[in-house]
Amino acid sequence: MTDMTVTNARSGGLSKIALRWILYILLGIFALYYLMPLFVMLTTSLKSLDEIRTGSLVALPRDVTFDAWRTAWSGACTGIQCEGLQPYFWNSVLIAVPAVMISTLLGAMNGYVVAQWRFKGANIIFSLMLFGCFIPFQVVLLPMATTLGKLGLAGTIPGLIFVHVVYGLGFTTLFFRNYYVTIPQELVKAAKVDGAGFFRIFWSIFLPLSLPIIVVTVIWQFTQIWNDFLFGVSFSQAGTQPITVALNNIVNSTTGVKEYNVDMAAAIIAALPTLLVYVVAGKYFIRGLTAGSVKG
Amino acid sequence: MAPILDIKNLKKNYGSTEILKDINVSIEPGDFLVLVGPSGCGKSTLLNCIAGLEPITGGSISIAGQDMTEVSPKDRNIAMVFQSYALYPTMSVAKNITFGMKVRGVDQATQDKKLQEVAAQLQIEQLLNRRPGQLSGGQRQRVAMGRALVRDPALFLFDEPLSNLDAKLRVEMRTEIKKLHQNLNASMVYVTHDQIEAMTLATKIVVMKGGVIQQIGSPAEIYNRPANLFVADFMGSPAMNLIPAKTRANGGATEIVIDRPAAEPLVLKDTQNANLPADVILGLRPEDIAEAGYRSGDNVQTADCMVEMVEPAGADTYVVSHLGGKQVTARLHAETTATPGAALPMAFDLSKVSYFAPETGARLN
Ligand SMILES: Nc1ncnc2c1ncn2[C@@H]1O[C@H](COP(=O)(O)OP(=O)(O)OP(=O)(O)O)[C@@H](O)[C@H]1O
Ligand SMILES: [Mg+2]
Repeated sequence: MTDMTVTNARSGGLSKIALRWILYILLGIFALYYLMPLFVMLTTSLKSLDEIRTGSLVALPRDVTFDAWRTAWSGACTGIQCEGLQPYFWNSVLIAVPAVMISTLLGAMNGYVVAQWRFKGANIIFSLMLFGCFIPFQVVLLPMATTLGKLGLAGTIPGLIFVHVVYGLGFTTLFFRNYYVTIPQELVKAAKVDGAGFFRIFWSIFLPLSLPIIVVTVIWQFTQIWNDFLFGVSFSQAGTQPITVALNNIVNSTTGVKEYNVDMAAAIIAALPTLLVYVVAGKYFIRGLTAGSVKG
Repeated sequence: MAPILDIKNLKKNYGSTEILKDINVSIEPGDFLVLVGPSGCGKSTLLNCIAGLEPITGGSISIAGQDMTEVSPKDRNIAMVFQSYALYPTMSVAKNITFGMKVRGVDQATQDKKLQEVAAQLQIEQLLNRRPGQLSGGQRQRVAMGRALVRDPALFLFDEPLSNLDAKLRVEMRTEIKKLHQNLNASMVYVTHDQIEAMTLATKIVVMKGGVIQQIGSPAEIYNRPANLFVADFMGSPAMNLIPAKTRANGGATEIVIDRPAAEPLVLKDTQNANLPADVILGLRPEDIAEAGYRSGDNVQTADCMVEMVEPAGADTYVVSHLGGKQVTARLHAETTATPGAALPMAFDLSKVSYFAPETGARLN
């Protein structure tokens, strides 16, 4: 890919180079456009309220202060409580980590079955699961609430984990299935002749091959679950709310002066884990999306 | 001795398509059975059925005297080498070879011992710690063989194990497999669509087409007495000449009349075969047509033929002429003076001739 563009630029004339530069400038403008809000958020969160009121929106902070961050983390009021985002942050962690792990593992198994253990009706089941990906959140709210009530999980963190696992399964299955269909069937046959059974083949042969797709799935699921608001607000109660709900409460429930710097800091805190996941695993993400066939 | 593999009336359908129709094969211990046929004729399917990797629609399979029709692959006492090698990509060569033993709970000491034995036998000792991705095609092939050898099974199954190798390596490995078979005295079923591989390796050949067995026999039988036109054409390179001809009885012998362009028909006199129908297809291998004077025997007929093309091939020279509306290839000695456009007296060795019925393709003599 890169090689090709390089030779193109070289072989083309001046107009090609000019075109290239126009493209770069356009891309740069778009990048600025997308990064602007982040810049404003970051600078605002580091300013004092006074400075925000008097200064310009895009100016750099004159005195950098982390007060707003401190308040957002442990002092901001969400309704009547004033403990900041901290407890809700841990709620989100408690929801997201198990939900991501369980949905990824189940998705891997489902994908393995659908891709490599073709049984009668495998395609129908897979289609139904795919269909599950496209059911809007709103549609499942009421039935899910009833189900959670029946299971005695209403308003609890395990309840939210359950919801996210169920809703994520369609996607995770799809990811793993598409990865596993590229693995030659002969591999399974060889393992069967070697005496390995269903789970043995999965653990010893398929899972070790799956790192790229596991990364993709984990990033996808983590982003979805961490950023979820609707399920969080619908199926939680005081004490089990995820960070997105708390953020909303902080921003909306401030009485008196609106503390923009605290709001911005809180928003960044809420977004930080997903950013972190991208930074840590991002390069595998691209690789995983393009990786596939397992030659030799 | 009881057959090591006995397949009776095997049928295999995918949905409503019949892939294998009424297959009956049995082999003795130590046999090297080669399944050969064109692409898509069901060779791999049959092998997978023997291995238990595909359920069968009808019939029975027994291995080493035991009915295995309903038994799962791991309990069939077989080992299999796949066309794509199917090495486990994340495991080292050593782990690939010992995986089966590990799954079966063989103790570590035995595993190590067997691994060393097989590695020495296949000369892959220095590769044991590598991943399959770090091996060349030929090395992968050896590892795949190692994985099968270490099992010491009642029956080896090979699905075109050499088809991914280049020509030179293929010939080398072919020899090695043959040696291996002789040393181990193992029973093998080997799939290929390469008829030379079939001829060189087999003690017994099964020729298949469209899911039906065309002929079962020793390489010599298949080569010298093909059961029908398909087998005649498929086995041997260059292929057997198949020439449309008319016959007429003449005393105790049969006269074979073959049309020629712009010349009198060629008439050959076969003294060994009588009672042939009026229309036949005459089959003669290229090596059974020689330059006159270079072949003698009771049933050798000589006639002048117009040479169309001369193709020197080192050890032999192939000469093409036109008979009965077909190109006919003769395999002459290297020093022949045949020149294109000139007539050459050629000897037809009718002691080796095959006759086929034009409509059914079945062998007549
Ligand atoms: N899973 C399947 N479902 C339906 N048809 C199949 C399936 N597998 C194979 N076939 C069909 O069965 C026939 C035989 O296939 P098989 O793989 O046994 O051929 P083969 O003789 O091994 O050919 P090759 O030399 O190309 O490997 C083919 O026509 C193929 O299309
Ligand atoms: Mg095949």
